[in-house]
Amino acid sequence: MSFQRQLDWPSKTGSFAVRRSAMQTAICLLFIVWSNQEITAQISPHSEASGQGHQTTSQKPAGSLADNRLAWPAAADVKRVLLMQDYNTRIVLWGTTTLGLAAGITGTFLLLRKRSLLGDVVGHASLPGVAIAFLIMELREPQSGKWLPGLLIGASISGIAGMVSTVIIRSCTRIKEDAALAITLGAFYGLGIVLFTIIQKLPTGSQAGLGNFIYGNTATITQSEVDLIWRVAIVAIVAAGLLFKEFGLLCFDEQFASSQGWPVVLLDLILMGLVVAVCVIGLRSVGLLLVVALLIIPAASARFWTEKLSHMTFCAAVIGVVSCYVGAVSSALFSRLAAGAVIVLTGSVMFCASLCFGTRRGVLLRWYTRRRLNQRIATQQLLLAIFETVETALLPNPQQALTDVTVTLEDLLPKRSWTAKQLRRSLHEAQKAQYLASHPGRGHRLTAQGGRAAHRAARNHRLWELYLLQHADVAPGHVDRDADRIEQILDPEIISGLESALFKKYPQMAAS
Amino acid sequence: MASESIPPAVTVVPPLSIHDLTVAYQRKPVIWDIDYVAPAGKLVAIVGPNGAGKSTLINAALELIPRASGQVRFFGEPYQKQRHRVGYVPQRESVDWDFPVSALDVVVMGLYRKVGWCLPVLPRHRKTALAALARVGMADYAHRQIRRLSGGQQQRVFLARALVQDADLYLMDEPFTGVDAATERAIVEILRELRALGKTALVVHHDLQTVTEYFDEVILLNMRLVATGSVESVFTTDNLRKTYGGRLMLLENTDRIVGKGTSG
Repeated sequence: MSFQRQLDWPSKTGSFAVRRSAMQTAICLLFIVWSNQEITAQISPHSEASGQGHQTTSQKPAGSLADNRLAWPAAADVKRVLLMQDYNTRIVLWGTTTLGLAAGITGTFLLLRKRSLLGDVVGHASLPGVAIAFLIMELREPQSGKWLPGLLIGASISGIAGMVSTVIIRSCTRIKEDAALAITLGAFYGLGIVLFTIIQKLPTGSQAGLGNFIYGNTATITQSEVDLIWRVAIVAIVAAGLLFKEFGLLCFDEQFASSQGWPVVLLDLILMGLVVAVCVIGLRSVGLLLVVALLIIPAASARFWTEKLSHMTFCAAVIGVVSCYVGAVSSALFSRLAAGAVIVLTGSVMFCASLCFGTRRGVLLRWYTRRRLNQRIATQQLLLAIFETVETALLPNPQQALTDVTVTLEDLLPKRSWTAKQLRRSLHEAQKAQYLASHPGRGHRLTAQGGRAAHRAARNHRLWELYLLQHADVAPGHVDRDADRIEQILDPEIISGLESALFKKYPQMAAS
Repeated sequence: MASESIPPAVTVVPPLSIHDLTVAYQRKPVIWDIDYVAPAGKLVAIVGPNGAGKSTLINAALELIPRASGQVRFFGEPYQKQRHRVGYVPQRESVDWDFPVSALDVVVMGLYRKVGWCLPVLPRHRKTALAALARVGMADYAHRQIRRLSGGQQQRVFLARALVQDADLYLMDEPFTGVDAATERAIVEILRELRALGKTALVVHHDLQTVTEYFDEVILLNMRLVATGSVESVFTTDNLRKTYGGRLMLLENTDRIVGKGTSG
């Protein structure tokens, strides 16, 4: 966990969700590419999908059962998809990108509410709902089982049921939240798989395509399905936009919100309702295994770039849209590629890029700042050591200046617990900064600039020492020892008091 | 007790009156039959050992946790009706300071009720919030992310968030815990300003040494009320012994703590 803290993950569960989904995506994708044929043969034969007539034109008809290669699309197909010349491509892209937008926005609040894994529970728990809804609709009227609104209502109900069971297990027993999540997730998903196995044994044959809810498939989405998806997405976006400041308050300080009279429970229900809505409409294109990643990855990536909630939400929305766009396009070009996996993989790539290059919390930036700080501290300590050495040397003949004394490596080495190598590196840095002039064979001398810097470093260092002695009651956070900034931190009268004490103790400092 | 100082012709509704308040967590009651009427325009310290139910008292009054029994009135009415006149400063540890908001954003949260449902925060709200930050000496840090503030500065942000509401009664949960000397001075300064404006503050307080210096009234609490009233009459060695029992580490110093009030 210390690794997490170092990297400043937005939250424990968030980081867990991100890593888990990234891993799951990779496995999922490998699995699908490798054995796509079997899955489609089992659950959704391509011939069935092509019967819907709304797939993009670039999609090749499925080959023989032995054919499991990823065929490269022709240049004309690529052009047609990218320029959205095709009506079908356009509607699929529109549906998927609005989904990405909604997921980025709601995911931000889900992450900040520290409920990332609840999205996973909703996703997995929706499986039995899909199956039961299918069965009910088939029983009432054969061949009508794949009506998407019906399936999604089923998914919502069981998704909510999963969420509620988590809450009940957590609050009524002594089982901790993570265990409660694992239990409900597993139980609901297991039930779903059992029901799916039963459905596959049904003689109707209309169950084909239900597997798309597990792995997601954008290529076979129909117009009416897209219409449902984008409408729900827009409702979620508008609701999140209207309740933006309320959700922010809820996520930051629930207790205060409650004391102010905000209906915290209602707000929480609305937020979780939006999460369920996004999860459920994401089932069709991303699949229930990975829908949590679509919620969390954009938000977690966005956190590396900004310290502002509105910017974070915007950034997450953009990342969500880009992921979904790339996923839908590649799914249109490579019919065998699972869109959900590509969407999440794109998100993961953007997450990695954010983690490295993020301008607020990116690893590289932190590494660079730390390195610079360490260098500055090393230089200050070197100057201090040189100053002390020179000061002692000057005591018998005070008419000489700081710059007149030559110091050697051997003089400085016992001053601190540094190795000769570290010291040599610091000396080299100080020479580069023109604080020191090297006199071959004899040692180093401070330059005029270096003399001033060393004097300032010693003065500040000693002032802080005195300050800590005299004002021992201050909070340690107030003291900044790496400080050219002592004047910015302490009041002028405190500094002048400290200075007079300093000159009493070191009369030579007043002179130079 | 306090009502004696108020002329009988003027009927002042007490900012906070608690009757028979009992609060229980899972198994056992935490505070039992609390009766208290807060005098207007005073600074009141809530003092007691750890686990005495100090924060519970405040949270139950604000209906943040359910009450087992009893009645709480703010300015003579239930909390829902007088919410706008009550400011609340929660414990600093109660939130995640890694949240992506600036100090100013946090203070603006105190105005969200005034902004209203679904409406955006306007520049004039930000101006009010900035003024509140300036009052606690934090104007220079308005746009800093809250994690990059020191503990004392974070506490002052919380204080500003309560001040911005312009309430008449303030309930503060351990505002002096873990803050530096500068923040402690700033908070005391604010408390005195509030008192000068005729406002009341109930403050959960840990440092017995400063009770006599900072506060007018004191509530000594240890799951039940030990004593309430003005600092001079109630903050005695005897009462402290009753409140803290054997746990008062500073027992030998209590004479000095208590004495400070009478001498100064």
